[in-house]
Amino acid sequence: MLDIKNLQVTVEGKQILKGIDLHVNAGEVHAIMGPNGSGKSTLARALAGHPQYEVSAGEATFDGKDLLDLDPDERAREGVFMAFQYPVEIAGVNNAYFLKAAVNAKRKHQGLPELDAMEFMQLIKEKSKLLDIDQSMLSRAVNEGFSGGEKKRNEIFQMALLEPRLAILDETDSGLDIDALKLVAAGVNAMRHPDRAIIVVTHYQRLLDYIVPDYVHVLTGGRIVKSGGKELALELEKKGYGWIESGAQPVGA
Amino acid sequence: MAQVVEKLQPWLAAIERRPHGGPRWLQDLRDRGAARFAALGFPTVRDEEWRFTNISPIANAEFVPATEAAPVTSHSLRGVAYSDVPNRIVVLNGRFASQLSRVNGLANGVRVGSLAAAVTEHADVVPRYLGQLADFGTKAFTALNTALSVDGLYVHIADGVVLDEPLHLLFVTTSADLPQPIMSNVRTLVVVGDRCQVRIVESYVGPDGGAYFTNAVTEIFAGDGAVVDHYKVQQESLDAFHVASMHVHAARNANVSSHSFSLGGKIARNDVGALLDGEGAECTLNGLYLADGDRLVDNHTTIDHAKAHCPSHEIYKGILGGKARAVFNGKIVVRQDAQKTDAKQTNRALLLSDHASINTKPQLEIFADDVKCTHGAAIGQLDEDAIFYLRARGLTYFEARDMMIHAFAGEILDRVKVEPLRVALEGELYAQLAKDLAEIDAA
Repeated sequence: MLDIKNLQVTVEGKQILKGIDLHVNAGEVHAIMGPNGSGKSTLARALAGHPQYEVSAGEATFDGKDLLDLDPDERAREGVFMAFQYPVEIAGVNNAYFLKAAVNAKRKHQGLPELDAMEFMQLIKEKSKLLDIDQSMLSRAVNEGFSGGEKKRNEIFQMALLEPRLAILDETDSGLDIDALKLVAAGVNAMRHPDRAIIVVTHYQRLLDYIVPDYVHVLTGGRIVKSGGKELALELEKKGYGWIESGAQPVGA
Repeated sequence: MAQVVEKLQPWLAAIERRPHGGPRWLQDLRDRGAARFAALGFPTVRDEEWRFTNISPIANAEFVPATEAAPVTSHSLRGVAYSDVPNRIVVLNGRFASQLSRVNGLANGVRVGSLAAAVTEHADVVPRYLGQLADFGTKAFTALNTALSVDGLYVHIADGVVLDEPLHLLFVTTSADLPQPIMSNVRTLVVVGDRCQVRIVESYVGPDGGAYFTNAVTEIFAGDGAVVDHYKVQQESLDAFHVASMHVHAARNANVSSHSFSLGGKIARNDVGALLDGEGAECTLNGLYLADGDRLVDNHTTIDHAKAHCPSHEIYKGILGGKARAVFNGKIVVRQDAQKTDAKQTNRALLLSDHASINTKPQLEIFADDVKCTHGAAIGQLDEDAIFYLRARGLTYFEARDMMIHAFAGEILDRVKVEPLRVALEGELYAQLAKDLAEIDAA
């Protein structure tokens, strides 16, 4: 589904990603782990099409299409979804209104009829239970005045509404207490599907106790330096990133 | 200097021909206005109050006072926003137009109509209020209005009356067929008794392409515990000049809110002054303005806290495209006796083009020590992060941008409590914005 070859990304003139190769199939959950500043979030944002993340070399195809050639909104309508590390507060834009516009933008793209207010409320009702989204979160402005946990839940709620083909969760666990983390993880797990791929970007193993990945990749210094199964995450948790960053083999391995 | 005097000459000639007649006190008021205008002349950019607003296009044009109203059928009012309402009181080229006006089922104790008529018919009330707030001693345009005004509107609401339906005061200029551009020195006097409740909408409109001049002065007196909800809609022709001042006197526990929507005019200048002159009086001044091309919109507000325990709230927002310029000057005065004042002022402007600009200045003059005053200003372009967030959810750049702009304006529009007015304003504003944005996208 997603094929990344030698992806190099520059932010404000500084090269952050120095050649990423990654292959993700439908139905798989990949975790990208790495220390702060390794380029994890850069990878997520570049895939979502953030204008400040400039692709200087390499390619990324999504379902055979050149992903990098698409505008961020085209990527979204094609089924790429990024849950933001820092969801943006948008004063004055009602959350429910925004969600309806997003859902209908995608439906229009798929050639489906747009949902009217009643149908949309029905959809909201159905999807909100799992993530404990209450009415007040829908009637407020997008992310405005939301707690950290509410913002992250709102992101996964959007994912549930938009049903992407490829979901990229950028440090969705950061700042969450254990209850919120479980809630968010349950929301993500409910979205696991043979037609859908999920990339979980995280610094910590903790989230991966709840969203169990099929593959784990370690990103450091702008490159994927190690890939493995879910046990790799546990190893990282025990030993930290130091042994990989220094290029040394883990003690006792 | 001689040149300046020469430019003033046609104006002084107009002043010489000022209206006469009526009671002695009124003639005296006109005379004093005329004398002050002759002494003051027009303000220049050397005046602090007019630093960023050069009104020489007004001073240099030879406007003549409208002598006779050109015909306007009610049919031609049809395109005017919020004109199809039960209570519509129309002033046409400076004079009350009874044939265009209608009122339905006004409560006893409510008088609405011609100010000129009220001067004699409400002879015990009008002289006590007219000209009491609008300072013509230092303000040239107010002096000009005071000297030249022939008519305007008068609203008087007796103590304790609650009006359900809003009053729409509609000021129309029809300059199109006249040989010389005209000016209307319109005057509005609103006297709201104790414990009254009223909603008043003041609109100013003119024909597309009309290069006329509206010089309006409004005085509003709110009695003890009165609730006055006021809206001003400035929708003049894009080639017209609009200079207006509104003066509010709020007595004890009065609650006055005024929302200004400034959409038209080549040069539009709004002065709003509110005097909180009784304990517990509350005042809200909000504004939303839109300008494009090479238009200029200037809002000067003053909230004068004269007594203790008076809260005031103020939010002004502007959207500027093209080479438009805006000025916002928000003055808050807290006098020595005005302890426990709680004043909050916010001023925000959204610049849609690199060539649009705004000069903004909060001005706090605080002479009491136990007060809370906050002010904030934010000028800028659309938030790129927010645009990206919306796009990352599938909205196109244009959809995202429009959503952001509508949200920006919505903060003020949503405060309009008269539902059909809000809907009409949204329609007008968004249509104008759509036109501006289409031009930006085409460029």
